[in-house]
Amino acid sequence: MILRFLKSREAILLGAVLALLVIVESRFSGFAAPGNLAAVFNDTSILIILALGQTLVILTRCIDLSVASNLALTGMVTAMLNAAFPGIPVVVLIALAVGLGTLLGAFNGILVWKLDIPPIVVTLGTLTIYRGTVFLLSDGSWVNSHEMSAAYKAFPRAVLFSLPVLSWIALAVVAGFAVAVTRTPLGRAFYAVGGNPHAAVYTGIDVGRTRFAAFTISGALAGLCGYLWVSRYAVAYVDVAGGFELDVVAACVIGGISIAGGMGTVGGAVLGALFLGVIKNALPVAGISPFWQLAISGAAIIIAVAFNARSSRQPGHIILKSAERTA
Amino acid sequence: MTITRRLAIGVSLAATLLGTTAMAQEPVRIAILAKSLGNGFFEAAARGAEEAAKELGNTEIIYTGPTDTTAEGQIEVINSLIAQRVDAIAISANDPDAVVPALQKAMERGITVISWDSGVAAAGREMHLAPSSDELIGKTIIKLAADHLPEGGKVAVLSATSTSTNQNTWIAEMDKVMGDYPNIEVVATVYGDDLADKSYREAQGLMQSHPDLNAIIAPTSVGIVAAAQAVADAGMIGKVNVTGLGLPSEMAGAIESGASQSFAIWNPVDLGYTTAMIAHALALDEATAEPGATIKTGRMGSVTLDDTNSAAMSVPFTYDKSNIEEFKSIF
Repeated sequence: MILRFLKSREAILLGAVLALLVIVESRFSGFAAPGNLAAVFNDTSILIILALGQTLVILTRCIDLSVASNLALTGMVTAMLNAAFPGIPVVVLIALAVGLGTLLGAFNGILVWKLDIPPIVVTLGTLTIYRGTVFLLSDGSWVNSHEMSAAYKAFPRAVLFSLPVLSWIALAVVAGFAVAVTRTPLGRAFYAVGGNPHAAVYTGIDVGRTRFAAFTISGALAGLCGYLWVSRYAVAYVDVAGGFELDVVAACVIGGISIAGGMGTVGGAVLGALFLGVIKNALPVAGISPFWQLAISGAAIIIAVAFNARSSRQPGHIILKSAERTA
Repeated sequence: MTITRRLAIGVSLAATLLGTTAMAQEPVRIAILAKSLGNGFFEAAARGAEEAAKELGNTEIIYTGPTDTTAEGQIEVINSLIAQRVDAIAISANDPDAVVPALQKAMERGITVISWDSGVAAAGREMHLAPSSDELIGKTIIKLAADHLPEGGKVAVLSATSTSTNQNTWIAEMDKVMGDYPNIEVVATVYGDDLADKSYREAQGLMQSHPDLNAIIAPTSVGIVAAAQAVADAGMIGKVNVTGLGLPSEMAGAIESGASQSFAIWNPVDLGYTTAMIAHALALDEATAEPGATIKTGRMGSVTLDDTNSAAMSVPFTYDKSNIEEFKSIF
């Protein structure tokens, strides 16, 4: 069991994250201190939550490029509501954010399920539509920190058992996913649909409906992150989280979620997100020229993917060994 | 051309000139043409123009603009202003080129045309008034930080992208005047890419790698807001002062919390005031728009035109606790 874990992709990735921490610590002492690691985890929380949603979608051989736009739209809606009606309790706003995110995700899901449009096309379209809607709603103007209520900004920052609520939310989502993906019929259906859609149909799984479920869950989490993001950075504007969908997909890919579907674990996605999170937080303090930072982030992604591709390659098996010898 | 005809022309010309002097009793009508109506920035500029009109006397300000920020809308407005035979049009253009033909038509009719804030191509205006210049901005951003560090200290710059031209120019201009601040040391320049999350992280990184940092200069509106939030979240208010260029509406929270002592950006009221002053002087031929010319602008002093007939109004205006309430609802 332990040996099997040591050989697994997660163990290798965990090793990579730890090695990264050691390298950063050697350049900037204090980075690997527990307090700072907690801060890095907190900073990566949103990426972790989104990466988990994306994992489900990628498991079913789809991709959701609209998560960052979904996040921006729900974030802007909650911020504008909060600015206009400061009396609305934060809990209601969070519920609204999740609800709206679910709707936006379900819209992606319906298009993929009922109209059978390729997911990359659907979400590329909704990526622009949702982002455009943010502009229409806000008229291009910002919602600024002084317009938001204190409670709105305080919730993810509130410290509970020495960790901010934002981190606890991420931990809760991780725990929920770990159970749901391995222990529920729907969770297993995601693997079945991605691993072999035809076989999944024969076992009685509705492929379209499963994909719809994946998009809806991804949307709901993006909606939740919409509130968390705007509240954390205390500003909402049209370009919030611009391009963040690529970080989310990168986290999944680094985490060993196969783009071909059907392969990957919750732990892998979390570690993939943490790997990116450590890089993002380490680069500013490691004293590396900003001109190199993008190249370094990119190289890390390619190395990770190349490594994954190598380790998942099926070893060749020569049949008719005797025939080869005579030839 | 015969001598008699020349004389005739001369006389009629004199008559026209006399006519205009008689007309001068009529108020000078200056159109302030905004990018769009309903924008607090331009309404503040119009208030500044009204202030100039009051000072000048016998001047009428027509504040107008399209309802949305399009060049087509502005062209319609320009045509109607030509029909009203205003004396001057001062435009903040939605498109530097599209409005040129309409503005040329206005100039042919003897209307003084200048652009301000957002410029028009040289063919379509007599001069352009920019709110500030690269040099003045560079000087201002370091002064903002230094003013709150009488003993000297360490500052860092949080820019937008490493390839952003205006940011790099401002930082280069800032470096040129660093000799005036021997006690101030710029310890790092980092790039937040105008993304809230990256800027936030870079600001956090600055505070970690330079624990004795005194100020962060962010000459970008996304960066300055994110840095102020990072300073507030890190509990460094009072230790690290965030300053740079930002908008009062976006920075009000940071000024209130103390994360930022002060920051700068153009003052729209001053800009409208200066625009009206210049338009008035040019319309009455009290000044000519030519390279090297200096035009008096009332309480704002004067502006000098460069080779492209452009002028910079002044150093950016500083906003702090004393005036943020007044401006945060404007822009």
